[in-house]
Amino acid sequence: MNAAGIRQKIAFTILGLITLLVVAPIVLIIYYVISRGWSAMSWEFLTAAPRNGMKEGGIFPAIVGTVLLIVGTMLFSLPVGILSAVYLVEYAKDNLFTRLIKLSVVNLSGIPSIVYGLFGFTLFVVFLGFGTSILAGSLTLAIMSLPVIITATKEALEAVPMTYREISLSLGATRWQTVRYCVLPYAIPGILTGTVLSLSRAAGETAPILFTVAAFYLPRLPRSVFDQVMALPYHLYVISTQVPNMPAKLSFATGLVLIGLVCLMNLVSIVLRAHYRKKKQW
Amino acid sequence: MAALKTRISIENLNMFYGDFHALKDVCLQVPQNNVTALIGPSGCGKSTLLRCVNRMNDLIDGVRTEGRIIIDDQNIFSPETDVVLLRKKVGMVFQRPNVFDQSILNNLRFGLRIHRQMRSKSETMELIQKSLEDVGLWDILKDKLHHNARQLSLEQQQRLCIARVLILLPEVILLDEPCSSLDPIATMRIEELLRVLRERYTLVIVTHNMQQAARASDYTGFMYMGQLIEFGLTQGIFTAPCKELTENYITGHFG
Repeated sequence: MNAAGIRQKIAFTILGLITLLVVAPIVLIIYYVISRGWSAMSWEFLTAAPRNGMKEGGIFPAIVGTVLLIVGTMLFSLPVGILSAVYLVEYAKDNLFTRLIKLSVVNLSGIPSIVYGLFGFTLFVVFLGFGTSILAGSLTLAIMSLPVIITATKEALEAVPMTYREISLSLGATRWQTVRYCVLPYAIPGILTGTVLSLSRAAGETAPILFTVAAFYLPRLPRSVFDQVMALPYHLYVISTQVPNMPAKLSFATGLVLIGLVCLMNLVSIVLRAHYRKKKQW
Repeated sequence: MAALKTRISIENLNMFYGDFHALKDVCLQVPQNNVTALIGPSGCGKSTLLRCVNRMNDLIDGVRTEGRIIIDDQNIFSPETDVVLLRKKVGMVFQRPNVFDQSILNNLRFGLRIHRQMRSKSETMELIQKSLEDVGLWDILKDKLHHNARQLSLEQQQRLCIARVLILLPEVILLDEPCSSLDPIATMRIEELLRVLRERYTLVIVTHNMQQAARASDYTGFMYMGQLIEFGLTQGIFTAPCKELTENYITGHFG
């Protein structure tokens, strides 16, 4: 083998090892969580309320709470995020004001989640009088998810070739028809990816729901959007730090359920993406 | 040729991209039911001129236009002009065969859909068949209408693009270097198609390829640095150009 070949081999080996370094922690975390928490996993754990100072029973109220929060977040952040991205990419003129908005959107995603929590508490819980409620928590999580959804949608829209818009307009379509028929259908897979990513982050956040919705212990299920709920990440925090003599396997099992939930969302997005690809072919 | 009717009248057209003066005082009478070719070196403004006629330049920020383009007694730059109707009347075919990544049927239905002309299924199919017949694709594609248009050959894709314009019953068709990504045989066949289409439409074609202008067009305009240098019968331009610049270009001294 010549020198260039050897160098290439070395380079590829190093690149491969670094990639392994990235994957290893993920695999280890999942393995660790499964190995410590699997023994606590049971039908009762998934479907019953916590008992005996949360040391026994299940986490059903927390699962329901987190699912409700994800749905609520989605209801608020999807329309607002996607439509504003469409406006920014397809309609807004490229001037100082637009650039300022785009810049602030990017910077918003860097704000620590606890700050969103405080903001949500001040605005929704106190000022608008929603109280600590599903509504306030969903809105807070939605605001936190917006920057990522907007950025992802923007990138997906910008990736649609300019020529598609050109043909559509040259055939006499209006801008809206062009967006509706020629741009959005091709951007949907990209939008889905970004959306699910940001929603999974919202599902796992503790700080924004801390003051806005999460209940320490609330075994009954919520009856309206103005009720508090338990949520998986906060429950995990509570049982890991606030409850003495807590069996560790319960914490890990709770974490496992949260990971499972996020994986499920990703799975749904993969299925949807595949569906849209197929539809495009038709 | 005495009864030649003007279809598009371009009068003292000036266009600026920001500070760049892209079209300088262009005056041109495009004759009806003829193929008019615009030739000239890259960057001379021929595509820009073409894109003025259906106002595609509106899409670019910082473009300013002065002068008039009259189609059917109306200045297309006037505020009353409905761009949607203008673009329906003045169709455009682009350099690259830009079919949508969808079925052949959907590519053709698109225009009907946006102009709310989706009639009954049989009527729609009639229109689709007619437009495909006009571009010589019907016999090849009639059983494959549900296939993705991307699977066609480049020439067929470009024909489909022309059919996509024809289905809207335009009166003028602008072609922006429609053959530049096609091989010579496909190019010849598209040129034949243009000769057929000019019976019913007014065609304006921008081309890099001088042989193509000589073969396929009735009238030719030579552009240089944003100006229309010379315009006349193609035969005249290519055999006895009046201006030295034109002669230098068509004999290959520059370009």
